[in-house]
Amino acid sequence: MKVYQPAKRFVPPPPALRMSTGRVRFMLAAMGLLFAGLIGRAIYLQVAQQDFLVNQGDARFRRSLVLEANRGLITDRNGEPLAISTPVQTIWASPADMEPVPPAKLRELARLLEMSPEEVDSKLSDHKREFVYLKRQISPELATQVMALGIPGIAKQQEFRRFYPAGDIFAHIIGFTGVDGKGQEGAELAREKMLAGSNGRRVVVKDRRGHIIEDVGPVEPPRDGQTLMLAVDQRIQYLASRELKSAVESNKAKAGSVVVLDAHSGELLALANYPTYNPNNRQGVTTEMMRNRAVIDTFEPGSTMKPLSISVALEEGKANVHTVLDTHPYMIGPARIHDVTDSDRLDIEGIIKKSSNVGASKLALMVSPHDFWSYYDSLGFGRSPDTGFPGEASGRLRDWKTWRPIEQATMSFGYGVSVSLLQMARAYTIFTNHGEMMPVSLYRTGSPLPGKRVLPANVADEMRDVLIANSEPGGGAVGGRILGYSIGGKSGTARKLVGNSYVADKHRALFIGFAPGKAPKMIVAVMIDEPTAGKYYGGAVAAPVFANVAGGALRILNVQPDQPYNNTLLPATTPIPADF
Amino acid sequence: MKSQILKRLWAKLIEPLDGWLMLFLGLIFMLSLLVLYSASNQSFDKIDNKLVYTMLSLTIMWLIARSRPQMIMHFGPPLYLVGLLLLVAVHFKGITVNGSTRWLSLGFTRIQPSEIMKIALPMMIAWYFQKHEASLRWWHFLVAIALMLLPVGLILKQPDLGTATLIMAAGFFVLFFAGLSWRVIVGGLAVFAASLPVIWHVMHDYQKKRILTLIDPMSDPLGAGYHIIQSMIAIGSGGPIGKGWLNGTQTHLDYIPERTTDFIFAVFSEEFGMIGNLILVGLYLLIISRGLMITARAQTLYGRLMAGSITLSFFFYAFVNMGMVSGILPVVGVPLPFVSYGGTATVTLFIGTGMLMSIGKLRK
Repeated sequence: MKVYQPAKRFVPPPPALRMSTGRVRFMLAAMGLLFAGLIGRAIYLQVAQQDFLVNQGDARFRRSLVLEANRGLITDRNGEPLAISTPVQTIWASPADMEPVPPAKLRELARLLEMSPEEVDSKLSDHKREFVYLKRQISPELATQVMALGIPGIAKQQEFRRFYPAGDIFAHIIGFTGVDGKGQEGAELAREKMLAGSNGRRVVVKDRRGHIIEDVGPVEPPRDGQTLMLAVDQRIQYLASRELKSAVESNKAKAGSVVVLDAHSGELLALANYPTYNPNNRQGVTTEMMRNRAVIDTFEPGSTMKPLSISVALEEGKANVHTVLDTHPYMIGPARIHDVTDSDRLDIEGIIKKSSNVGASKLALMVSPHDFWSYYDSLGFGRSPDTGFPGEASGRLRDWKTWRPIEQATMSFGYGVSVSLLQMARAYTIFTNHGEMMPVSLYRTGSPLPGKRVLPANVADEMRDVLIANSEPGGGAVGGRILGYSIGGKSGTARKLVGNSYVADKHRALFIGFAPGKAPKMIVAVMIDEPTAGKYYGGAVAAPVFANVAGGALRILNVQPDQPYNNTLLPATTPIPADF
Repeated sequence: MKSQILKRLWAKLIEPLDGWLMLFLGLIFMLSLLVLYSASNQSFDKIDNKLVYTMLSLTIMWLIARSRPQMIMHFGPPLYLVGLLLLVAVHFKGITVNGSTRWLSLGFTRIQPSEIMKIALPMMIAWYFQKHEASLRWWHFLVAIALMLLPVGLILKQPDLGTATLIMAAGFFVLFFAGLSWRVIVGGLAVFAASLPVIWHVMHDYQKKRILTLIDPMSDPLGAGYHIIQSMIAIGSGGPIGKGWLNGTQTHLDYIPERTTDFIFAVFSEEFGMIGNLILVGLYLLIISRGLMITARAQTLYGRLMAGSITLSFFFYAFVNMGMVSGILPVVGVPLPFVSYGGTATVTLFIGTGMLMSIGKLRK
């Protein structure tokens, strides 16, 4: 057994070793200095840089997740849903936080997402990215299956997909939303703010592999969008779309539009364009199909302008309904004003019934250019209609100071001024509202907005009666007659301008009318662009669309018939007069 | 009677131990258990392992501590030779992991011969100086330098810059306490500085990258700079008083790499803040002071050289580790002494401690 030496007190080392005691001190000092350096570094990081580094840390593990607000419902005036948001899930990944996915899991993921494994792999290949969409808008059930794979760095996010139950019927009114959920066209765009609501936020802590560990901080709940009730009536819209489509097809026309306004409130009951598109699936949709023609296209309205232009002569007291004018063709400078079928003399009713350019222009020239201009201006021509439709057209009304007499004459029968169909329909509200023009509203209004007086009530009512008379035998609007209801209206057939000259083979067939005659409920404006199946007159091409839409709509709205039902429509042989 | 026996047993047990060192190491051990528990996400698996290998290490330490330094000294040359042979074997038959050849397979286990050199090299040089104590000449130093450079060169070749640096440091400390001339030291430093461009040229790309990363970690935040950025964030966000035990977000969200081993200091710093750092550095200073005290009182040249080298190695390990984790030194694989998880390094450290205690008992 070993015996230990007892521990001794300090014994100075042998002299040979003493020299290195200084070295021990030196080392002690050197180490103290180096440790002081370390402490200095700690102070620098933990005090001076603390806030910066805390933020850096937060940036790495704190994630703010968006809680998407549910986009507001769009309904028609009766609450029928027209645009609905359904919850879907989007699968995204953060390749920066991911480790290589085992091939078996990758294949399974690809199979669930209906993608090829190579495609998924390539999406995950950029390890610098922190956000990559793998697949957007899949069903919640499928998303649950994907998440059940438990691949770190892959996450799901709730989104909403917009669905339009009525498909192409409402396309131009409602528009659609883009893949980011923002409105791109129509009411979706016009009322984006109201529909979108505001997204909420959830702050979570995420580990290096992308797993979400916990909720931190208060959850900011999303504020859902509000329901938007449109003025349109789904039933009338269906009717208008169907009739328009069949008219465009049977007349082999290029396009067409129908606008239906509430005769008193100016609310837009229906608006259809053809061609149209399906907002649920916009693949292969062309700009031609997306064009909201009734609102953004302007054209020369031709004879449908006459009831409006004649009214101003009556208002100014230059003539009255009994005034009889000489309607032989006449010259303004080098230009000859004439009618399709010349008459010797016509009163106001006759001018409308025969659609006399001579009569209309003579009446117009009785009014000073300034008064004529300000009357058209008050009808909203050349001004934005302010309905809220994206891209709505103002049309063109030139300044009166530059007018020559021939121009004022042609403007009276709808040439030299361009308008949209919506503007024309709105202008006709003066005949259904005793001289007040109503603002067009795309949205359901609680109480009607105030109208704007354009004509004295007696003049407006007289012209209304002239338009009713125009639907009687011998008038130009007989094609618009409806069984059981009286109507009033005016047809028009405008030659189209190609380059700088009007061509004889391209027309725009128009009809604008109201029903029932004495107590109008609605205004229906129809435009058929370039009918090529033989007929091209407004009275023959557009008037039947008016009849079918207005007739159907009156029955849908349960409007009391004001004509005996046994009184059949005019015999089919009644000639439909030409108008120009 | 029974208590009498226990008392004698206890006395026998603690007799070879150094009270101060045991106290400081005990405190560090407590801290290391706390950090390890947090860093391993509150699992006891690593704690259990650490307790086992620490017990083993303490046993070895005790055995060494109760032996005479002069006896241990004689293990120096054979250990050195075996180490050297194994290093050569590694060079020819080693296992390559991640591009460097550091391991040797013994069939049932793998060993890393460079680990042996951490103890064997200073023992060898100290033995050599002790042998020629009476007649030390300048060429003895030359031989000692050669003894040092032989294994260092082999380890650099693996390549393993971290371990080579540690071993060279251990060897240098022996030379320093043996009285290596200041002129040689300063001259050597000058030559080193002058040859930096050459060294840069022969360095491996990954080594260059580590140094560049040190200068600007943000140059490659997701690659080479990733570890260091994450650990700096951890340390800095700890602030003066830390986020609290088990509350380190960088740690628990898995952002700190190697958080139970080389980067455990980042975990400690995040949760215990600057106060914790001061305590830890203070404990290391106390251990080192005690070690230097033992060095100063050593009765033989061998004891003096070994004690000095071991003490300074402790310092060097701690400094290099904390420096790399806090971003002032390049990232090399050096564990934080007595704190990092890992059996081999702990055994080596406690062998060193055992030698210190053995020398500290003022025996020859």
